[in-house]
Amino acid sequence: MNIISNLIIPLLVLIVVVYGIIKKINVYDVFVSGAKEGLEIGFSLFPYLLGMILGINILIKSDFLNLVFGIFKPAFNFIKIPVEILPLAFLRPISGSASLSVLSNLLETFGPDSFIGRVSSTIQGSTDTTIYILTLYFGSIGIKKIRYALKAGLIADLVGIIVSIIIVLIIF
Amino acid sequence: MINYIWAIFIIIGIIYGILTNNFEIINKEILESSKTTLDLILKLFPMIALWTGIMNIAKESGLLQKFSNLISPLLRKLFPEIPKNHESLGYIASNVVINMFGLGNAATPFGLKAMKSLQELNKDKSTASRSMITFLVLNTSGLTIIPTTVISLRMAYNSSNPTEIVITSLIATVCSTIAGLIADRIFAKRNR
Repeated sequence: MNIISNLIIPLLVLIVVVYGIIKKINVYDVFVSGAKEGLEIGFSLFPYLLGMILGINILIKSDFLNLVFGIFKPAFNFIKIPVEILPLAFLRPISGSASLSVLSNLLETFGPDSFIGRVSSTIQGSTDTTIYILTLYFGSIGIKKIRYALKAGLIADLVGIIVSIIIVLIIF
Repeated sequence: MINYIWAIFIIIGIIYGILTNNFEIINKEILESSKTTLDLILKLFPMIALWTGIMNIAKESGLLQKFSNLISPLLRKLFPEIPKNHESLGYIASNVVINMFGLGNAATPFGLKAMKSLQELNKDKSTASRSMITFLVLNTSGLTIIPTTVISLRMAYNSSNPTEIVITSLIATVCSTIAGLIADRIFAKRNR
């Protein structure tokens, strides 16, 4: 597993450079002009990311989420799903680093081989940060009207989270 | 919609923070958010510059084109609005493949290039095109074969079998991707 993920990038770079030489491309010049473009993309992201981080961090630091999850606790106990995974399910679509720190907490508290550990690992591994990607990708090209993108993305996340719980119940 | 969500986060966060006497932390958070953002950008953009550089070689040499031809039958079904042989298909293909190997950060620059090249096809530059939204759904549903970060985290906490969640993640991610694409199709038809 690790060998594959450690090899894919070096192999990709190798193939790209070798193919470029074969096709008689000025590989170095072309690389530099491409990297310059990347620099512009990087800095044009700042205002969009700033807005998103401001909103999300205020909400997270206010501790409001713990209040909300407390309300859901009885309902979740009733269907025998641990309420501890709720913060992760909520934060996963919003922020990759926030959900990763929640996952790390859960694994530490309950152990990676517990039900909670398996479900939370599966949730983290199977969905991505919708709102982050949305902000980043649309922000980089100046899209203001995102139409139904958020709805569709969140539906995908919701299905991913529900399936994660069910599939862990079935397999383990 | 994103405007309302953003406003709600801020309003609830600040009011609740004040009510629970937590406003010192909120105050700190507001003032530090721009530094947090800059730190994130500084982490991101060297990666972006590196990969846009590498990918520029792949683009100029025609390798990107070759690569996208491989999975283009599938992509063309998902993106009927993109003309055949358009370079955006190559970027989308690279982004999807790298994401599958769990290398999300390395995939982002390709995603950004894909969006840029989809924007060239877009008639209304401030409104998301249908292809952009489909691409976004593919990305946000997190189609991953090997969730590398999760596995390494499980290893760090001494799991007896760190990779046992690969199968469950794969099933969940396939379901969520399919659900996302179906939702995308339905909304696209309704919005036409």
